[in-house]
Amino acid sequence: MSLEKLKETVAKVFHEVDVVIGYKQGFDPLHATPCFITMPEQVDQLIWNPLCVQNLTSYLPFLKKKVGIVVKGCDSRTIIQYMQEGLIKRDNIVIVGLPCTGIISVKKVLHEIDNQPVESITFRDGSNVVVKTVKGQKILSLSDVCPDKCSTCQYPTPLIYDHLIGEPIKSDKPPESVYEDIREFEKKPLKERLEYWEKEFDRCIRCYACRNACPMCICQDSCIAETRDPHWMSQKLSITEKFMFHMIHAVHLAGRCVECGECERVCPMGIPVNKLKKKINLEMKELFGYEPGVNLEDKPPMYTFNVEERKIEEHKL
Amino acid sequence: MSVIAAKELRIIGFLCNWCSYGGADTAGVSRFKQPTDLRIIRVPCSGRVDPLFVVKALLNGADGVLVSGCHPRDCHYSDGNFYARRRLEMLKRLLPFIGIDERRFHYTWISASEGARWQQVITDFTKQIHKLGPLSTKTEVMVES
Repeated sequence: MSLEKLKETVAKVFHEVDVVIGYKQGFDPLHATPCFITMPEQVDQLIWNPLCVQNLTSYLPFLKKKVGIVVKGCDSRTIIQYMQEGLIKRDNIVIVGLPCTGIISVKKVLHEIDNQPVESITFRDGSNVVVKTVKGQKILSLSDVCPDKCSTCQYPTPLIYDHLIGEPIKSDKPPESVYEDIREFEKKPLKERLEYWEKEFDRCIRCYACRNACPMCICQDSCIAETRDPHWMSQKLSITEKFMFHMIHAVHLAGRCVECGECERVCPMGIPVNKLKKKINLEMKELFGYEPGVNLEDKPPMYTFNVEERKIEEHKL
Repeated sequence: MSVIAAKELRIIGFLCNWCSYGGADTAGVSRFKQPTDLRIIRVPCSGRVDPLFVVKALLNGADGVLVSGCHPRDCHYSDGNFYARRRLEMLKRLLPFIGIDERRFHYTWISASEGARWQQVITDFTKQIHKLGPLSTKTEVMVES
């Protein structure tokens, strides 16, 4: 039902813009893929279900056209963050918002079905996924195979939109649950934390997928991880360089990360890269009461300052 | 890891040209006794100090990093140290999360006339790093060959 309404709205929006970005079925029943609609007949390719995992807003700063875009609640934060940083103009985009009840993690589903090829996938009454493979069918609970961000989602309804498909929904997750994993991790002893990250980053193959998928990594090809001048990192395959790369990613996203979880989704090695950024976000909230991508009027904390910082005290030796 | 002799540890200091570097100079001219573990890098302003400088130093063999600039409101470029304060505070809170003791990193404000204060800060900071010992991570030490 909401798919019909989505198609209807996109068909209408299509006349105002040069391209509409939405989701279409990918190479197999388990994958959705971004779809660039430039011709009216393409509207029928659109899909909307928990397979629509990508954050499509990543394209926006690079498109010099008028764009219509389909966003979920979490993706809408990226748009607000872009606007706070002056990376896109509101007049150049038409936002089609979709209230979202949760998406799936392809990795988790594949793990549940032993990486068998998927023949068909259906979603039943918003809480179950029925996956059919050559080995038979398996019924999975949506809450078991959702990405971590969905289990603590605070913004199921887009925070900014021109057209909303369906009724807005409110989050039923407690706000303090968002950073629970971070607080839990901080209880570990210092040495264990260092060992944890050394073990995790050791797996990194430096494919830079996390950076390429990150909507806030707008430097892209000019990334300091790859420049020779200044030579921040060498090509050496050592833990030093890997650790440094992830620190670059985290520090450059300080007070900017909208926690869309794209970095973790695309990581082929399953490294919890979003954790570092969440930790910084937690501190930003505590220090400056700032949450990225929520209020249009806010200014990212690293872009500004107060002469008297209320929360920052001088450190004593 | 640190230099083999292990008597001295590696401490990197990023000092702003206008205040803290002058402060260290004042301490030197006044012949105040100072520990010798510190390697000073002069930067135009504490706002020039990318938090990643500190991370890079710690991951590549430094045992401690000190950043010092002009007192707030005294910046030569009027607001460089205000930005620095936010960035460095962010880093100070991030370091323990990746398993590096936050005491290995310190940022402070020292003016060009405060030679005595410079002596105090660098002595205390060096003492603190010696108490913590060499930083041992699996990351490689950049050794000058």
